[in-house]
Order: sequence, then structure tokens, then C-alpha cells
Amino acid sequence: MAEFKGVMVCAEFVNGKMSPITMELLGIGRRLADDLGEELSALLIGKEAAPFSQQAVAYGAQRVYLVSNPLLDSYNSDAYTGAITSVCRQVNPSIMLLGQTDTGRDLAPRLAVRLGGGLAMDCIDLSIDPETKLMLQTRPVFGGNAYAVMITPTARPQMATVRPKTMSPLERDDTRQGEVIPLEIGIESSLIKAEIIETVKEEVEGIKLEEAEIVVTGGRGIGTVEGFDVLRKLAGVLGGAVGATRAACDEGLAPTTMQVGQTGKIVSPNLYIAVALSGAVQHLAGCSGSKHIAVINTDPEAYIFKVAEWGIVADYKVTLAPFIEKCKELSTQ
Amino acid sequence: MNIIVCIKQVPDPEIPPAKFRIDPEGKRVMPPEGVAPVTSVFDERAMEAALQLKDKYQAKVTAVTLGVSSAKSAIRHALSIGAEEGIHIQHEAAGELDSFETASVLTKAIEKIGDYSLILCGRQAADWDAGQVGSIIAENLGIPVVTVARKVDLKDSKVRVESVIQDGYRVIEAPMPALVTVSSEIGLPRLPTGAGILKASRIKIINWNVQDIGAELQGVKRSQLLRLYIPVRETKCQIIEADTVAEAAFELALRLRKAKII
Repeated sequence: MAEFKGVMVCAEFVNGKMSPITMELLGIGRRLADDLGEELSALLIGKEAAPFSQQAVAYGAQRVYLVSNPLLDSYNSDAYTGAITSVCRQVNPSIMLLGQTDTGRDLAPRLAVRLGGGLAMDCIDLSIDPETKLMLQTRPVFGGNAYAVMITPTARPQMATVRPKTMSPLERDDTRQGEVIPLEIGIESSLIKAEIIETVKEEVEGIKLEEAEIVVTGGRGIGTVEGFDVLRKLAGVLGGAVGATRAACDEGLAPTTMQVGQTGKIVSPNLYIAVALSGAVQHLAGCSGSKHIAVINTDPEAYIFKVAEWGIVADYKVTLAPFIEKCKELSTQ
Repeated sequence: MNIIVCIKQVPDPEIPPAKFRIDPEGKRVMPPEGVAPVTSVFDERAMEAALQLKDKYQAKVTAVTLGVSSAKSAIRHALSIGAEEGIHIQHEAAGELDSFETASVLTKAIEKIGDYSLILCGRQAADWDAGQVGSIIAENLGIPVVTVARKVDLKDSKVRVESVIQDGYRVIEAPMPALVTVSSEIGLPRLPTGAGILKASRIKIINWNVQDIGAELQGVKRSQLLRLYIPVRETKCQIIEADTVAEAAFELALRLRKAKII
């Protein structure tokens, strides 16, 4: 039986750059590998990937596996599942990490089946149990009402997808040394059954919710479509993005593309400003990773105050104008 | 065309956080008293996607669930909104299965049903949010899978899916049989009509158990729950009070600035 050893991170690229989740995965991957006294490797796939080998090393990878094949030039679930499965069967990592992203979410369960591994999705914390040396996988369940700590006792690899912005990357260090290993992977084109016909980008004005450092979110209490314009103004001043609760979207106050919550987008900004929303658990599931939360709400009993750092008990209609004014003033100082 | 929809009954996720209880010893969630369980929100959307296809192309829709005795009501609901056939794989320990075990039972059930073009599942269940069962079933069956659909349609002999991605969607076509996991973007699920409820009451729900379909659950769990806990949320909120709302707003901005957040 093959010996499973080391931590492998599956890298992602977006718009010609290594995506931030990859650096975050390398950061946590390196901590796990160090705790095990094993190596961290990064798997880079696709024609865009090769130039980023050094960057993966600078962020902590000790080995970089490079896989290139015309069938892997752009994402395809079948081709990527096949390719990563082949790589893992050659390298036999004990731990395999992917991002909880469009592709990671799609690939991870398929890989777990093919590799015979165990998988925890959307983890917000990973560590090594000092006694058993197993990876402890912490993930929110029941809409964030509870946290579950999972282990993969015997199946290998121990796989996890990691929620973006929950792990800190290492400082980039270009003096780090690592080995770059190109791998030849044969993929039969006949294995590709589901074909991507086209990718449609729906342009969102301004900064994307998932990428914003500051998110201003409105609930049903905003009351009108115009109310959301005030939130947009605030987000504009702060360089942030605007979100909405499901209740607000259901009432047509905001498009569903702005929805934050368990059934919408999951955000982990530095600052989350919750305006006129009560803090339903389904909503908190989408924003509980925020570093700081400020609340503006007329109801002092609203649950959202329980998770906030600062709060103002007042109507947003009279609060936001002076708040925007002050923020604008501070930003010019 | 036959469409199979996998649904799961879950504790109502809309209950207030104060009503949410766990049994940390038993590592399980206590069902909230007096609140009926519901069909998981994404599975409702999978059902809706199936019914949209049925409306357009005339399909036979079969709803399947694996769950405790009360899960029968989820099947009854599916029948009342338009499914022709309902299968309840009754298993009182269903809550203790991991995603691989759940998927293996559902795979066996689907193989027993045999004749299908499309399998629809929710993208994840609203209780454990594992997000794996659909993809594992597809891998078990060796059929294509498309995840997180916001639209499911047919084109020629293929299923054509709009799959949600961060900044838009991908249009993906796959030969059938195929499995598609459905997201909330597909639209609100329909409600049962009086006539639908009456019709559903006349359909006999098919009852299977794990042995009937030849599923084996003796293996070692790939994923084990080590600990379940409710995260401590210390109430450390500083309520900013001032003579006027404007002053409070100024003060909030100043504190955020002082903390170097803005």
C-alpha cells in the first residue's frame, strides 16, 4: 500500500493572477505540514500556471507540481477531476486542500470518491491533533448555529475545502527555495462528458461582494429600493460593496445577486456594516467570518447586536447621512 | 423522460437561534419542539427545476428520500406539487450517516429505479451543509454531474445547465443520464394546490429499507464527527449613545477610524 505523506494545495488562478485563496491555502497548508514534520506541495494546473511556480514557493510551497495539457487550458470538471486524481495517485498526499470556490466546491467531492479519501467542505479552521496527528476540520453546520469538528480517521487523503479569507497567508518571501516538478498527465478527451459551452460574466458595478474589505448590507428594514441607494453611497465612500438579506431580496428591494447568507454569497470582510437587518441565522451564516461588525438598527433586541462590536440603536434614515458625511471627512484627512 | 429528485427533510432552519439546541454528548442536534421539519431549501429548488422540465417536456418525476419515519411528509409534499411517484427509504439512523453512506444508499435506490434521464439534487442540505451527496451519487453511477444550477433545460438529447459562478454563470451541456445539483437562483418553489393535495393523498408512497435495495452500511466512516458545539458569541457590543443620532453616527465613524478599519 502506498504511503500517504505531505500536504498538497490545489492552486487556482483568476484573470491571469494566482487567486488569494491559493495564498491562504498555502499559509494554512504550511502550518499543517510543519506540525506534521512533512512537506507542503502546490499543484498548479493549466497553461496559465507555470509562471506562478516561484510565487507558490514564496508563499510557502516546498514543491510545485506543474501540470499542463491542452485539455486543461480552462476549467472543465471532468478533465480537472481526472488530472488531479492522476497527480494524487502519483504523489499520495496525506492531506489535500482546495478552496471553497466555484471550482473547489465542484471538484472536491468527485476527487474524494475517486481517491477514496474523506472530505469536509467549507472549513473555517484546520489544525493537527497533537496526539493522533489527524487533521481536525472545523466547519459551520446548521446555518452556522453550530460548529462541527470532523476527522478522517483512516481514509486518505484527508481532504478539506477552505472558506476564503478565513486563513492568513504567510508573508511573501522570495528567498524561499522550492523544487518545481513538471508532471506528464495523459487525459483521454473521451472522458470529458460535460462541456462548457460558454462562460457569461454578469458585470457587477464596483467591487465584488466576496472580494470587498468592507461590506454594507441592508435588510428588510431598508424598506425601499431608494434606501439601498443610500447604502451604495456609503459603500462608495468606504470603497466597499453592498449586500442584502434574503428577506430584502424576496421583497424586491435588491437583486438576488446581492444576497448574503446561507443561500446567497458568503463574505468575510474586514468590516461588515449591518443596516436594518435582524440577524437571522441563515444570514449570519453568510457573514459570520467578518472581522468586525457594526450595526445600525431600531430594535435593540435584534439578534445581530449579539454578534456586533459596535451598534447604534436608531433609524438608518437619520443615521446614515451624518455617518457618510463623517466617513467622507475622515477619508480626506 | 424520467426525472429523479433526491430530497432531504431537515429541522426548520428558520427557527430563532435561541431555540437551537444540541446534545453535545450525543453529537446531535435536538429537533426544536413544536416546529415541524421541512424539506431542505435547495432540495425544494431541485424539485421546482424538475417540475419546470415536466411542464415543458412532459416528464415523470419521482421524489426519493432517505430518512426517519417523519420524512414521509416530505415525499407527500413533493407529490402534492406534481411528482408522480414517491419513494421513502426509511432508516431511523439516517442522521448518523456520512455523505458517502447517504450517497451510497441513494445510488442503490436510483439503480433499483433503473430508468432515468436526469437526477436532480439540492446543492447542499440546510442542516449539515456538506455539499457532497449529489456529486458522489454521480461518481458512483459514472454519469456526468453539473453543480450549482440556476437553470436546467434540455437541448437536443443533452441537459443544458446554467451553473452559477462567482461573477456570472457557465453554460454547460452534458449527455444524459446526468446529475445536476440545483441552487436557490432557480427561483421560488411552487406551493401545493387543493387539487394537488387531494391527488397526492391517493398515491401510495413506496416504502423501501436499506436492506431492500442492497445497500451496505458496515464500512468504517470516511468522515467522522469528533465534536459538535455551539460557538460562544460573547456579547461585547458597544452601543454608541449620544445626544443626537448624528453625534452617535460621528462617534461610530471615529471609532472605526481609530481602530484603523476605515
